[in-house]
Amino acid sequence: MKRTLLTLMAMAAMSATALAAEIKPALVYGTGGKFDKSFNEAAHAGAEQFKAEAGVEYRDFEPTSDTQGEQAIRNFASRGYNPVVAVSFAWTSAMEKVAAEFPDTKFVIVDAVVDLPNVRSVVYNEEQGSYLVGLLAGMASETGKVGFVGGMDIPLIRKFGCGYVQGVKAANPDAQVFQNMVGTTGAAWNDPVRAGELTKNQIDQGADVVYAAAGASGLGVLQTAADNGKLGIGVDSNQNHLHPGKVLTSMVKRVDLAVYNAFKDTQGDAFTAGVQALGVEQDGVTYAVDDNNKDLITPEMTAAVEKAKADIVAGTVKVHDYMSDNSCPN
Amino acid sequence: MEFFDIVVSILGSTVRLSIPLLFTALAGLFSERAGIFDIGLEGKMLAAAFASAVAAYLTGSPWLGLLAGIGVSIMFSLVHGFASITNRGNQIVSGVALNFVAIGLTVVLGQAWFGQGGRTPQLPGDARFSPIILPGADAVREVPILGPLYANVISGNNILTYMAFVAVPIAWWVLFRTRFGLRLRAVGENPGAVDTAGISVSWMRYRAVIVAGFLCGFSGTYLAIAQSAAFINNMSAGKGYIALAALIFAKWKPVPVMFACLLFGFLDAVANFMQGKSVPLIGEVPVQIFQALPYILTCILLAGFIGVARAPKAGGAPYVKER
Repeated sequence: MKRTLLTLMAMAAMSATALAAEIKPALVYGTGGKFDKSFNEAAHAGAEQFKAEAGVEYRDFEPTSDTQGEQAIRNFASRGYNPVVAVSFAWTSAMEKVAAEFPDTKFVIVDAVVDLPNVRSVVYNEEQGSYLVGLLAGMASETGKVGFVGGMDIPLIRKFGCGYVQGVKAANPDAQVFQNMVGTTGAAWNDPVRAGELTKNQIDQGADVVYAAAGASGLGVLQTAADNGKLGIGVDSNQNHLHPGKVLTSMVKRVDLAVYNAFKDTQGDAFTAGVQALGVEQDGVTYAVDDNNKDLITPEMTAAVEKAKADIVAGTVKVHDYMSDNSCPN
Repeated sequence: MEFFDIVVSILGSTVRLSIPLLFTALAGLFSERAGIFDIGLEGKMLAAAFASAVAAYLTGSPWLGLLAGIGVSIMFSLVHGFASITNRGNQIVSGVALNFVAIGLTVVLGQAWFGQGGRTPQLPGDARFSPIILPGADAVREVPILGPLYANVISGNNILTYMAFVAVPIAWWVLFRTRFGLRLRAVGENPGAVDTAGISVSWMRYRAVIVAGFLCGFSGTYLAIAQSAAFINNMSAGKGYIALAALIFAKWKPVPVMFACLLFGFLDAVANFMQGKSVPLIGEVPVQIFQALPYILTCILLAGFIGVARAPKAGGAPYVKER
C-alpha cells in the first residue's frame, strides 16, 4: 500500500513537471545581427519578454554569413531545442531541409512560407503598414514629392514600396514617389553609403520625406535625411529615437510578437503549424508614435491614419499586395 | 527638375563618391611605383574605417578617429611589407590575405565590443567630419550657372574632401620633384641600380608602403565618419579594387589618377541617378551597366585600345640583394 502510494506520488510529481512543459526555446537571427536597431532587435525583444514573463532561458545565435543559418538551425534541433525560431527569409531553404529531418521539433520561420507539418510560417501584411506610413508621408510632405529606398531588389521589398505608394497617393493623388533600390545582392542590406547617396539624389529632386526599407542600409537613409533637414521613415523596429524630430514615424513590424507567441504556444502546448499572416487587424504591422515624433504628427494626420487603419480592418480599403501578382497598380 | 539642377546634383554626388577612390588610388600609386603591388588596399581601407569609427565613438573627436584610422592602416601596410619585402613573399597573396583578415577581424571585434552585428554605434554629429560651408556660398547661390556650382559642388564638402584634392599636387611634387620620389620610382623600375648607388632598397620600399598606409587611413576614415556615421560590415564594398582599376587606368600618374577617380565616381553617381529612369528611345537602362563601366574601361585599356598601360618594371618582384 505504502509502496503504491509512493509510486502514485512520484507519478503525480512527474506529470506535474510535464504539465509545466519544460521547453528549451532557441532563436536564430538574420545576418543583420541581434542589435541592428531594426528587424532582428525586434525578435530579440520578443524573446526577452518571454524570458522575463515565463522565467525560461532561451539560446540564440547570430549568423554572420548566409551559410551559417542552416548549421545553426540544425545544431539547435539536434541538441533538443524546441521550438526553434528562425527570423529572416534567408533561412527558407535551410528550414525546409532541417525541419524535414526533425519531424518532432517545432519550427517557426518569419517572413517566409515553409509548407511542412511541423513549421509555422509567420508573414506580415507589410503593404498595409507601408500604406499607413505612406499616408503620413503624403500628408507631411510640403513639396508633394516623397522617396522610397529599398534594400535588396526582391518581391518582399517591392511589397513595402507598393503599399507605400498607395498610401501616398491616398493622401495626395498628385504626389510623386521616387523609388530606388540599394542593390541586387545581400550586400545591399549593409551599404549605408550608397543608400545615403540615393537618398541625397531623391532630396535633390525635391523629396522631403524618405522611407527606408533596407535593413542596416536604412541607417544611411535616415542619417542623410536628418543631415539635410528632411524627414525619414524607419522600418521594422521603432526607429524614431535615432534622430529625434527628424524621423516622421516608423513602420513597426511586430517580429517580437511572432517570437513571443512561438515560445508561449509551445510552452502552453498550443503550437499550431501553418501560415499566420499578421496585418493591421492583428496589430502585426503599425506606425509608431512616441515622444520623439509626436510634434511631427498633426491631429489631422492622426485622424486620417486611424481612419485608414479602421478601413483596412473593415475591408473598405484594400491595399494591393505586390507579391500576389508581382505588379503594382500605380 | 531642371536639366542644370540634375547636372549639379550629379556633380556633387561625383565628388562625394570619388574621394575614397582618390585617397586609395594615391596610396596604391606610392606603393606600386616602388615596386610593391598592393591588392590589400581594400583591406586597409576597411580596417581604417573600423578603427576610425571606434576611436571617434570612444573619444568623440573625428581627428582622433582619423589618427586611429591612419595608425591601423599603417600597421596593415607594415605586415604587407614584412611579408613581401623582408620575407620576399608573393605580394598578391599577402595583399589578398590582408583583405580577408580585415573583413573578418572588423566584424568579429565589432561584434565582441558593441554587439550590433559587427557595426559600431551611430556617431553623434560632432564626432564626424561635417560639411564646411565656404564663405559666400549662400550669397552666390542665386548667380546663374556658377552660383549653384560653387554652393553645391565646391562648397559644402567636409575637410577630408579638400585634403584629397590637395594631396594630388603634393603626391606629384613628392614623386617627381624630390630626391625621395626619384629613388622611390627607381626602386620600382630598377632596384639593382638603386642598390648599387648605396641606397637600401628594403628601407625605400618600406617607406613607400608606409605612405600607402597613411593615405588609406584617410580613405577609410572618410567612409566611416565623414560619408556615414558608423562602421558597417564590409562597407568598403570593393572600392579598393575600383581604386586599383583607376590607378591602372591613369597609367600610374598622380594627376590622371585624380581624373580617373572623378570619372569612376561620376559613373557611380550616374548609376545612382539613372536607377528606375528611362532614357528616350532606349528605355530603362540597367544600372549594372554603369557600375560595370569602370572595370570594362580598365579591361579595354589593358587590352591596348587606349594607349598602353605600362606597370613599373620591377613591380611584384621581391628584391634579392645577392645569391
